[in-house]
Amino acid sequence: MTFLAPTRTRRDMLSLGASGAAAMLLLPTVALATPEKIADEIKKLFGDKPLVPGKIKLDLPSIAENGLVVPLNFEIESPMTEKDYVKSVHFFAEGNPSVGVAAFHFTPMSPKAAAAIRIRLAKTQDIVAVAQMSNGDVYTARKEVKVTIGGCGG
Amino acid sequence: MAAPTPRVRMPATAKAGEVIEVKTLISHDMESGQRKDAAGNSIPRKIIKEFKATFNGKEVLRVDWHPAVSANPYQSFFVRVPESGTFEFVWTDDDGSVYKAEQKVTVG
Repeated sequence: MTFLAPTRTRRDMLSLGASGAAAMLLLPTVALATPEKIADEIKKLFGDKPLVPGKIKLDLPSIAENGLVVPLNFEIESPMTEKDYVKSVHFFAEGNPSVGVAAFHFTPMSPKAAAAIRIRLAKTQDIVAVAQMSNGDVYTARKEVKVTIGGCGG
Repeated sequence: MAAPTPRVRMPATAKAGEVIEVKTLISHDMESGQRKDAAGNSIPRKIIKEFKATFNGKEVLRVDWHPAVSANPYQSFFVRVPESGTFEFVWTDDDGSVYKAEQKVTVG
């Protein structure tokens, strides 16, 4: 009497895993955002204004285990009065399928230019923040986030 | 997907001029448009593209959200409460749907 052979041997499973991994590598066919695209986007928004580093406190984890939910906190130095406030802050991701992450538009009704949000990151990359003050000055900051598991599906 | 449920957590009373933190959450898939279904077809993008907070009809904060915003978007921020009034929060979907939440704050 013979036993039925198992339908899937260990070797089968291993080769399945390998082809699965190959498929994963082939997936990201979409064009990724690049620093150049971000530069284009910033130029569209702010023209040729000089970008001054500073004023923005970016709070992002150095290592994000799950790219699907990465907490992003920020605070921008400003008195937030009628005459002197932060007009907007834009966030860009260098390694996501599209450049934009979120853009906050503040008013003098906001007591401080600070907020928290959760974002998706496809892979390890730099996040760039660009803030415009009510007098037109533009400030910038960046931070690298190492992503263990990407968050753009597939 | 069930209809998105907005949730807002903030104090219901405040001192005049006090700065308070508002925490908001809304259930939404935030379909990025990058994913494919089992048959390999692209799943069309469907996200909430704008969040807006107003106090007695005056805009406090407006945020443009892109597909990089996580599912079930969480958003916290700060507001000043000059007088008693109502905060209104509005989320606008790609398909034009609007989800709203309100919170009255009493100064006293």
